[in-house]
Amino acid sequence: MQSDPEAIRKSIRTYGIVGGLLLVFTAITVGVNQFHLAVPLAITVALIIATTKGSMVAAIFMHLSHEKKWIYGALLLTVVFFIVLLFVPLATVSDTIGTPTHVAAPAEGH
Amino acid sequence: MEIPYTVEQRPDTGLANGKLGIWLFLASEVMLFGALFSTYILLRVGAIEWPHGELSVKLGAINTVILICSSVTMVVAWAKLKLNDFAKGRLYVIVTVVLAAVFLVNKYFEYAEHFAKGEGPWHSTFFAIYFTLTGLHGLHIVGGIVVMLYLAGPGAGLWKRNPEQYTNRVEYTGLYWHFVDLVWIFLFPVLYLL
Repeated sequence: MQSDPEAIRKSIRTYGIVGGLLLVFTAITVGVNQFHLAVPLAITVALIIATTKGSMVAAIFMHLSHEKKWIYGALLLTVVFFIVLLFVPLATVSDTIGTPTHVAAPAEGH
Repeated sequence: MEIPYTVEQRPDTGLANGKLGIWLFLASEVMLFGALFSTYILLRVGAIEWPHGELSVKLGAINTVILICSSVTMVVAWAKLKLNDFAKGRLYVIVTVVLAAVFLVNKYFEYAEHFAKGEGPWHSTFFAIYFTLTGLHGLHIVGGIVVMLYLAGPGAGLWKRNPEQYTNRVEYTGLYWHFVDLVWIFLFPVLYLL
């Protein structure tokens, strides 16, 4: 983290510019929504813009563009667990525990 | 008893303890919201049809603008403190609190309108996940307001005793606040637009 006063003054200007860009991206997100795109395309566009905005917040406001390796390590681990978490619902589809694998034919004569 | 490494960096991590602590906390928050986003995807993919246009895009967009502005004021508050300008640093923290309060007032009107129409969490799967996600996010806003009010009020005395530690506290609160903003950046398109 910088402590040089001039560098900090410069970073305040950067925060203002990034804030302005985030507002522009928000306007684009709402504007694109007016075109009533097909759902898969709308989801793709909206998530690309949201990811761009999120990256800007993380990199500039949260200073992740120049952090220590311990923090990158902790975040890398978080990303790995987050991806695993996103795929946990798949287990509800592939889980066959308790589901009969074959059904016995009904006995005759009863 | 003096708590070590509140300002100076630990030789092994190169970080003050609070910095690593807040990032580990944010990592747990990623998992919390991640679980709910995962739930949202599961519910949406499994639904026969998903409602559109149930929420006010205008109010959602206004709240997005408010949170982005509050993120800027929070990071500027930290920068002003780094420049030894306590008065402006505290002022920007207070502005952040005001913006956060406006966000909650907007949310109150939004919730009130839905409840008046009988659209509570029991109404549909969409409203159930909407209230769960935005309610949890709203609780995080309240938590942020409490901490920032402490920093601007009774906690501000630390500036006189240990300005660097106070600046670090504002930085850590800012990291939390930017995370809350970041979550909303994803919630807005997912719930209001798609």
